Amino acid sequence: MSGHSSYEPSTGLEKWIDARLPLPRLMYDSFVAYPVPRNLNYAYTFGAMLSVMLIVQILTGVVLAMHYSAETTVAFNSVEKIMRDVNHGWLLRYMHANGASFFFIAVYLHIGRGLYYGSYKAPREILWILGVVIYLLMMATGFMGYVLPWGQMSFWGATVITGFFSAFPWVGEWIQQFLLGGFAVDNPTLNRFFSLHYLLPFMIAGVVVLHIWALHVTGQTNPTGVEVKTKTDTVPFTPYATLKDALGVSVFLMVYAWFIFYMPNYLGHPDNYIPANALKTPAHIVPEWYYLPFYAMLRAITFNIGPIDSKLGGVLVMFGSIIILFFLPWLDTSKVRSAVYRPWYKLFFWIFVANAIMLGWLGSRPAEGLYVVLSQLGTLYYFGFFIVIMPLLGLFETPRRIPNSITEAVLEKSGKAAASA
Amino acid sequence: MSEHDIKSETLGEPTRRDFLYLTTGMAGVVGAAAVAWPFIDQMRPDASTLALASIEVDVSALQPGMSLTAKWRGKPIFIRNRTEKEIEEAKAVQLAELKDPVARNANIAADAEATDIARSAGEGKENWIVMIGSCTHLGCVPLGQAGDFGGWFCPCHGSHYDTAGRIRKGPAPMNLAVPNFSFISDTVIKIG
Repeated sequence: MSGHSSYEPSTGLEKWIDARLPLPRLMYDSFVAYPVPRNLNYAYTFGAMLSVMLIVQILTGVVLAMHYSAETTVAFNSVEKIMRDVNHGWLLRYMHANGASFFFIAVYLHIGRGLYYGSYKAPREILWILGVVIYLLMMATGFMGYVLPWGQMSFWGATVITGFFSAFPWVGEWIQQFLLGGFAVDNPTLNRFFSLHYLLPFMIAGVVVLHIWALHVTGQTNPTGVEVKTKTDTVPFTPYATLKDALGVSVFLMVYAWFIFYMPNYLGHPDNYIPANALKTPAHIVPEWYYLPFYAMLRAITFNIGPIDSKLGGVLVMFGSIIILFFLPWLDTSKVRSAVYRPWYKLFFWIFVANAIMLGWLGSRPAEGLYVVLSQLGTLYYFGFFIVIMPLLGLFETPRRIPNSITEAVLEKSGKAAASA
Repeated sequence: MSEHDIKSETLGEPTRRDFLYLTTGMAGVVGAAAVAWPFIDQMRPDASTLALASIEVDVSALQPGMSLTAKWRGKPIFIRNRTEKEIEEAKAVQLAELKDPVARNANIAADAEATDIARSAGEGKENWIVMIGSCTHLGCVPLGQAGDFGGWFCPCHGSHYDTAGRIRKGPAPMNLAVPNFSFISDTVIKIG
């Protein structure tokens, strides 16, 4: 896709720079002249939203760190000081806290887009895997960030999540103490989480660069799943994709602003406004909403599986639910990329989405009675979708007729629209 | 290169450069590992954390049916002066009914059976039970005198413990751990 550079330095200064460090050329080729399929829809604008959210999180995070203290006796109060005393501190903190949620909203839509249009298939396996790595780093960053305010949910969330590692036989306890820097969550834990919470976003930024690099090598997919064949299949990134992204980002930021100004604590948990107490567990521990489906799967394993006890089983299922994403490009055996031409896959995909939302809801419920049974069914479908449905559909499904090119698909669609008008 | 080296190279035999390459590489690997260790080791519990290894608790105020919670190594320690009824209930349980049949008592043999006496402070002090108040599932603090067995109940994921702190129902795999402790007088317990 990258092809020949069409950048032509016009001024003397541009020529001088181009001969020494051709950064303007790289930017021009990547974000101006770069050809994108002409049929991209708004589902392809979440990447831009994610880039914006990463920048928002880093900027607000850097300034919040100027007022925050990572020490157990003062951490909670330093956050309250940000809320009450620091100029615009309330705004910056609400931007950061809700920013994490909106980062995850965008990433889930972005992953969903990839699943629907088969973006992970050859030759985009590495692109997809890098995306899963970014998602894992986001989860680690979000988890450690939530510990920093040192409220009850911070403390007990950290206790439960580091407790996962104690499930592993022999080495579990060592790993847990290694992560905590002690026998329980305490000051060493808070200190290292702060350090890593500051570091990981920059690692995310690094992997994002690789992600975009891989994207620009293979080129974007598109709703038809048919590869770009001729120049008429594409339009230049600027102004077409740039403007579409800008509109998508603007609408996204408006919803984000609505949350910041009108319901800043809607996605949080009131227990986190109670200072951490190592001797008292809140009656009902729930993680942040974006981890809920995985939490539901953790709790769904209430039975022993052979030599694996229920605790280790739950932990393995939870980690497995994310690890399995790495193998997606090879689990899907269908040659057809886009769900548009795969009637059965489309059906199972939407059931998968509904199932993920149901698991999220179940994760917020207490682990008892019918909720447990539903979580078990949900977990079964989650894994079944990847391990059974995906490999088999490729063998048994009859896809619809696929257009010969993107241009043909676009003209067909506009022709139909013109005929019906 | 000496004439000898050139000759060795053409014959495909090891040269002085091959030797230097291997030994430098080995020194690099050993050096990297030696430097990496401090970076890993600093994450482990530090000296001040380890120094908090023992505490002394005065239990003279605890009448039967009363408990107190002390803090040891950042975790709660449940100390309970059990009632006769609680002891009787715990004694009545058959070992076969237990999910975890091991005592989990650091003061006695690692494979001792989870009888009531093995869980308590021992002969003559069976009314005393001292446990780490950290659910063996994922480390929440169980609530006292709650749950289906009148012992402890963990609100996080629904583990029920009996009056001897043994897991009876729910996801927790083990009985509540009994730490190293001893009565240093009739009314003072030393933990750790």
